[in-house]
Amino acid sequence: MANLHGVHEPLFHISKRQDYSLPLAIAVRLVAILLALVVCGVVIVAMTGLNPVEVYAGIIDGAVGSSRRLWVTIRDTLALLLVAVAITPAFKMRFWNVGGEGQVLIGATATAAVMIYLGDRLPAPALFALMIGASLLAGMIWGVIPALFKAGWNTNETLFTLMMNYVATQIVSFCIVFWENPAGSNSVGIINSASKAGWLPPLFGLTYGWNLVIVVVITAFIYIYLRYSKQGYEIAYVGQSVNTARYAGINVKTVIIRTMAISGALCGLAGFILVSGAGHTISTTLAGGRGFTAIVVAWLSKLNTFTMMIVSFLLTFMAKGSIQIASQFSLNENASEIITGIILFFVLGCEFFINYKVEFRHRHREG
Amino acid sequence: MRDAYAIELRNITKRFGKVIANDHINLSVRSGEILAVLGENGSGKTTLMNMISGIYYPDEGQIFVHGEEVTIRSPKDAFPLGIGMIHQHFKLVDVLTAAENIVLGLSGPTRLDITAVATRISKLAAKYGFDIDPFKKIYEMSVSEKQTVEIVKMLYRGANILILDEPTAVLTPQETQALFAVLRNMRDAGNAIIIITHKLNEVLELSDRVAVLHRGRYVGTVETAQATVESLTEMMVGSKVTLDIDRPEPMDPEVRLVMRDVTCVNPEGVITLNHASFTAYGGEILGIAGVAGSGQRELLESIAGLTPKESGEIDYYPPNQPMQEISKLSAVEISRMGIRLSFVPEDRLGMGLVGSMDMIDNMMIRSYRKGGFFWADRRAPKTLAEHIIGTLEIVTPGVSTPVGKLSGGNVQKVLVGREIASSPTVLMVAYPVRGLDINSAYTIYTLLNVQKMRGVAVLCVGEDLDVLLALCDRILVLCDGKVTGVVDARTATKEQIGLMMTHSGKGGGH
Repeated sequence: MANLHGVHEPLFHISKRQDYSLPLAIAVRLVAILLALVVCGVVIVAMTGLNPVEVYAGIIDGAVGSSRRLWVTIRDTLALLLVAVAITPAFKMRFWNVGGEGQVLIGATATAAVMIYLGDRLPAPALFALMIGASLLAGMIWGVIPALFKAGWNTNETLFTLMMNYVATQIVSFCIVFWENPAGSNSVGIINSASKAGWLPPLFGLTYGWNLVIVVVITAFIYIYLRYSKQGYEIAYVGQSVNTARYAGINVKTVIIRTMAISGALCGLAGFILVSGAGHTISTTLAGGRGFTAIVVAWLSKLNTFTMMIVSFLLTFMAKGSIQIASQFSLNENASEIITGIILFFVLGCEFFINYKVEFRHRHREG
Repeated sequence: MRDAYAIELRNITKRFGKVIANDHINLSVRSGEILAVLGENGSGKTTLMNMISGIYYPDEGQIFVHGEEVTIRSPKDAFPLGIGMIHQHFKLVDVLTAAENIVLGLSGPTRLDITAVATRISKLAAKYGFDIDPFKKIYEMSVSEKQTVEIVKMLYRGANILILDEPTAVLTPQETQALFAVLRNMRDAGNAIIIITHKLNEVLELSDRVAVLHRGRYVGTVETAQATVESLTEMMVGSKVTLDIDRPEPMDPEVRLVMRDVTCVNPEGVITLNHASFTAYGGEILGIAGVAGSGQRELLESIAGLTPKESGEIDYYPPNQPMQEISKLSAVEISRMGIRLSFVPEDRLGMGLVGSMDMIDNMMIRSYRKGGFFWADRRAPKTLAEHIIGTLEIVTPGVSTPVGKLSGGNVQKVLVGREIASSPTVLMVAYPVRGLDINSAYTIYTLLNVQKMRGVAVLCVGEDLDVLLALCDRILVLCDGKVTGVVDARTATKEQIGLMMTHSGKGGGH
């Protein structure tokens, strides 16, 4: 038999906030970061007995403590930022591209192949043009394949792009067999270490000057592309409502394929930056999880490419600081990952309080 | 204590915000009886049934099952009472078999004996005359087979009060007959059956009694044996309400759009528009009436170039220019040819507008293609948005507020405002005043009349016959995708249109 008693009002009530207020959003985020630092401090003292202030100082020192460290942090920030910017058009279209990792890797492989086979035969401008073209093309192909299947047969893009990552990893493993240097090391080693052919040269005296210019230009371009261009509007309409897009006369399939071509190509370019502008080598772990971290960066920034600059810097900052405190206080590297985890938990979790309000049960019940 | 009624509703009221979906409804069904609940779309039939099955909770009123008052707060409460609802959209797991779906969610021994389940299912099937294969997977089944699984699922769980929400809407005539035979067997075995429908002939054929709802109100219950198509139609459409809607005389109407023999088939292979033909004139409002899902959407979308056509022809006659055939053109091609065809779809925030975007972005849905290759022009749409806010008195904090945050009336004004801004020659609107308060509704009627006087051919799909009769010049009636007639709105009656909507009439012949 059904319960005949009246319905109890729940203890609290969650409702969506009607109005978005910027001061509130900033205040909530600041409180979240402060809380995260306090909780981290408690965790540090409880687990290691160290002074949390010293540990925080160690993090800062590790990330920006010297000119070299600062530039390594900037270099890695740029790589992460480029991947985040690259996947943004896809996510704006609500195409869940979790294949950034594979697209970066395949772009890097194409770059490395050009460097290895043509590095000493072509003049520098032609070589760079070819490397960039190859990385764009390879990433584009890797992005377009799942898009074609999505547009044609409505396959699930999340699984598809994810699986393409493993294919890319296997292709790199396969290539390493041919590119092994020195033989038997099972790694490629520094490519063209003597001639430095295909290495991005310093710009304005800055080692990573080209990286900076390329990434900033693309960040600005994608910002403009998504906000002010016709294609940007098409992407937004398809992402918000496929029905509206159809109503507006947009060819949804074309937009899906075109957008993933751009997204994949830019991921491929990130592969070029990682090989030519940073590591000068290739391995299966080259992308280093950036394809996934970039998703966090993109969504934390609400797909705003300029906010992504800050977010990717913060994440890289924490990662570099982590390595420092791991060695300085002879902690396991996992300890620092716990700190990053706690901070992310609070920062992501506070979005809930920005979007929803919690009201507790009123004491006086109406009759 | 056992009452004669299997289920009885007293004074059931349900409100959604300001809208009253059910207003003090009384309803009763005996065991061994089939009750048909009849009403137009939006009359509150499904809401009422959802309260019996526990999906909604009534704001007021009482429900009695076998004479005892009960509280049904969720479908979990409804099952032990023997209440089972078969929804229009089936709730089955595609990759499982019929038997697996039927026992899904039931408690029982840890080890599932599927053969025993199948035996019980076969027994039930034999008892009532079902045709069911317990080991067939759902995705291999036809719509009718899936429906059978849903019904058997309810019986297997011991339901003796069965509610079917428009069960014949998805069936062929032969399948309908098979279903009716089963329902009669179930009735004869002592079950109480409630069937929601708007098809009069089925009501007369199957039910013992008919309860009629009209605009959320309970009109009455009659014995089917004493009812006729005419008497039921009258109850269903209600008495004539005089509305004070302006209807200017059309000024020299001229042929604007001719549809000839257009047939549309949806992806499931169902014919949605069946050899439809009509002519729309500039300077008049052509109303389109019919129960929901009779092909109204396909009619408008096929003109707009949004729905592919199987066959037929659509000709467009621009003012003072030669005719152009637009049957094979897509929406973009039509607009590229400079044909100013505006469309206010039924689904405002899901198709006509994007709720999360602001007014400027929503204006751009129509205009973003204009201008050069790369840049989208935001300046003209911004001016347009401001202009629409001013002229249509839209209440909004500003052009950059997401339109989804506006009230229903203002959302519709944004949409209609955008569509008439392009000075259309053909304006198609679907359910333009649905969910709007009375003042907003009159604003929309005025806007449509202004377009009519400008010489625009206005096509207006509506569900309220009183409004269509007061606003339109002619009314086209659809039934099951067929055009059953076109009547003069100044002389036609609601009963006449009601009969044409349910296919029982002989057509208007005007």
